[in-house]
Amino acid sequence: MEQYEPDDRLSPAQVAAMRRSLRTGRAALTRRSLLRASAGGALALGGLGSLSACGIPAAGKTAGGTSAEDHSAQEKRISFSNWTEYMDVDDSGKHHPTLDAFTQRTGIKVTYTEDINDNNEFFGKIKPQLAAGQDTGRDLIVLTDWLAARLIRLGWVQKLDPANLPHAFANLSGQFRTPDWDPGRAYSYPWQGISTVIAFNKKALDGVEVRSVSDLLDNPELKGRVGFLTEMRDTVGMTLLDLGKDPAAFTADDYDAAIARLQKGVDSGQIRRFTGNDYTSDLTKGDLAACLAWAGDVVQLKADSPDVDFIVPDSGYLTSSDNLLIPNKARHKTNAERLIDYYYEPQAAAELAAYINYVCPVDGVKPYLAKIDPDAANNPLIIPDKAMQAKSHAFRSLSAKEETAFEAKFAKLTGA
Amino acid sequence: MSTLTEAPPPLTPAAPAKKPPRRRGRWTPYWLLLPGLLWLVVFFALPMIYQASTSVQTGSLEQGYKVTWHFATYWNALGDYWPQALRSVLYAAAATVLCLLLGYPLAYLIAFRAGRWRNLIMILVIAPFFTSFLIRTLAWKTILADGGPVVGALNTLHVLDVTDWLGWTAGDRVLATPLAVVCGLTYNFLPFMILPLYTSLERIDGRLHEAAGDLYAKPSTTFRKVTFPLSMPGVVSGTLLTFIPASGDYVNAELLGSTDTRMIGNVIQTQFLRVLDYPTAAALSFILMAAILLMVTFYIRRSGTEDLV
Repeated sequence: MEQYEPDDRLSPAQVAAMRRSLRTGRAALTRRSLLRASAGGALALGGLGSLSACGIPAAGKTAGGTSAEDHSAQEKRISFSNWTEYMDVDDSGKHHPTLDAFTQRTGIKVTYTEDINDNNEFFGKIKPQLAAGQDTGRDLIVLTDWLAARLIRLGWVQKLDPANLPHAFANLSGQFRTPDWDPGRAYSYPWQGISTVIAFNKKALDGVEVRSVSDLLDNPELKGRVGFLTEMRDTVGMTLLDLGKDPAAFTADDYDAAIARLQKGVDSGQIRRFTGNDYTSDLTKGDLAACLAWAGDVVQLKADSPDVDFIVPDSGYLTSSDNLLIPNKARHKTNAERLIDYYYEPQAAAELAAYINYVCPVDGVKPYLAKIDPDAANNPLIIPDKAMQAKSHAFRSLSAKEETAFEAKFAKLTGA
Repeated sequence: MSTLTEAPPPLTPAAPAKKPPRRRGRWTPYWLLLPGLLWLVVFFALPMIYQASTSVQTGSLEQGYKVTWHFATYWNALGDYWPQALRSVLYAAAATVLCLLLGYPLAYLIAFRAGRWRNLIMILVIAPFFTSFLIRTLAWKTILADGGPVVGALNTLHVLDVTDWLGWTAGDRVLATPLAVVCGLTYNFLPFMILPLYTSLERIDGRLHEAAGDLYAKPSTTFRKVTFPLSMPGVVSGTLLTFIPASGDYVNAELLGSTDTRMIGNVIQTQFLRVLDYPTAAALSFILMAAILLMVTFYIRRSGTEDLV
């Protein structure tokens, strides 16, 4: 008020009165009284009783069932949430040719959003709605195996109707047909497969040979220049393989052994850090000489920086997939199923695979892909050959209890 | 303001109070505060209650979470994660001291010596804020890259040997070490130090300096006896604005650090998103808040100022 000249509606005396009342009168507002008042208010408002009232309801027991009324026939549209850079884009950068072709053929408009950046974060985002039995506003989402398994376990996704999925049923590649968390693919279909391999930067390695996870963990010449992934299943799975254990059938003791092996690498300073997708920049810059990496990234990195390459360890590699799921209460279930089925037609699958370079989960794509990009068709990272498939392993699904315990141990390993 | 114009007629001390003072105005200040208070209740008090409740719940995602007044969560969380908590305080304190050492001379320069360049320098201080926090932090990964010129120079000068011996860096690199995290924190919060310092310094009457000179004070004495004491409000609020967010930060430790530089913010994030241990995450958040509140209260009492800025 000091610097502000009060306008003519307030006489100086009025201002003085106001100030008096604010400072010293009954309504005097000192900082302390205000604090006391608001703290008292908050307590009275909240009360200890309400503390106990706000628990989180048990999952899967949501009132009103899982499915919403299917509006597919009346509303020719669908809302599709996917990861960034996981869809073909034309030169203008605005259109997705395969999605446009789908819309042209079926008349179903696709609202395509790239709003998934991290499984854990996305789970945090959709959990409140799904737990409360509400529509997330999304008809189709793409989640990695373990999170897909968790949503199925929690009863938060809808069962697919096989009648709408003829191509998907016929063309799904054998490697992805029977995951232990969704046998027979009743709830999910893979969008793309992901292979976890070892990537390296030839210049940074400077002649040092890397052939296995053991090399990453033990070779003193790589001290402080080795990276592992923050995805627990990829890092522990590759270490289990290196220890001669099968990630599809390991015990809690095996898991502890793998963690202990990695812990040694952390303690000795061999492991520089655990990374998410950001290993790509560290690797191209040469700050990381070698690291666990996702093959789809490496195919793209190789195109930009010739120093980057990858190897598949003799002990094998880990394959997982990102899966299409229809969350509870989605309004356009049939439309979503038609879109899933569309991407299992070899032509559409080939166009997508040529663009994004991940493992294509669709059989019979090779001839179509060869027409678009012969190199991609012969790349075992995109269309795995027999030898490559033989080395592929899956990480077994975990019970809720195991998942919490294992994630806690892994969190401790990575520093928190 | 309409409420204000209807305030009671002026109460002049001379006028005898014939009737008891009208009580209409009694609630006026509270009505004026209402929007702010509502905001506080909806976005602060209610979430706090919810969080307090979460911190004493037990259960799992499948079974749901119920309030069981399980206060042991707090002790367990403290027992498990005190190193990260302590580290957060140390890193934030180091960053705050560095910010003060870097920011004070700059704020002094802008306030007293910059002349017509003053606005330009202020813009330069604020300009980095036009890009995102994340981008600014990622830029440090390029600046401090292992093969980059900065690390090369530090190696040639054998600075990294000293910092390695002190445990601030590891081997011949800076990234993924405590030093990198503290650098990132310092850089990201520097403007929060400079701005309050500048406002404080800029208010100092130049004639006081002249008077000090007239009384034969050396420039250093003038600074010690006149300038610095008068800038104390800026120092206090600057250190608070730097220390509080820095101690809860997790981005710098995530991007520039390694496993042994994780701060309490990283732990909370991991517990909440990855391990799905919501009670522990909530308890740790409360512990962090309580610790900061205690430290800040102590600091304000000791610094003897209640006027910030």
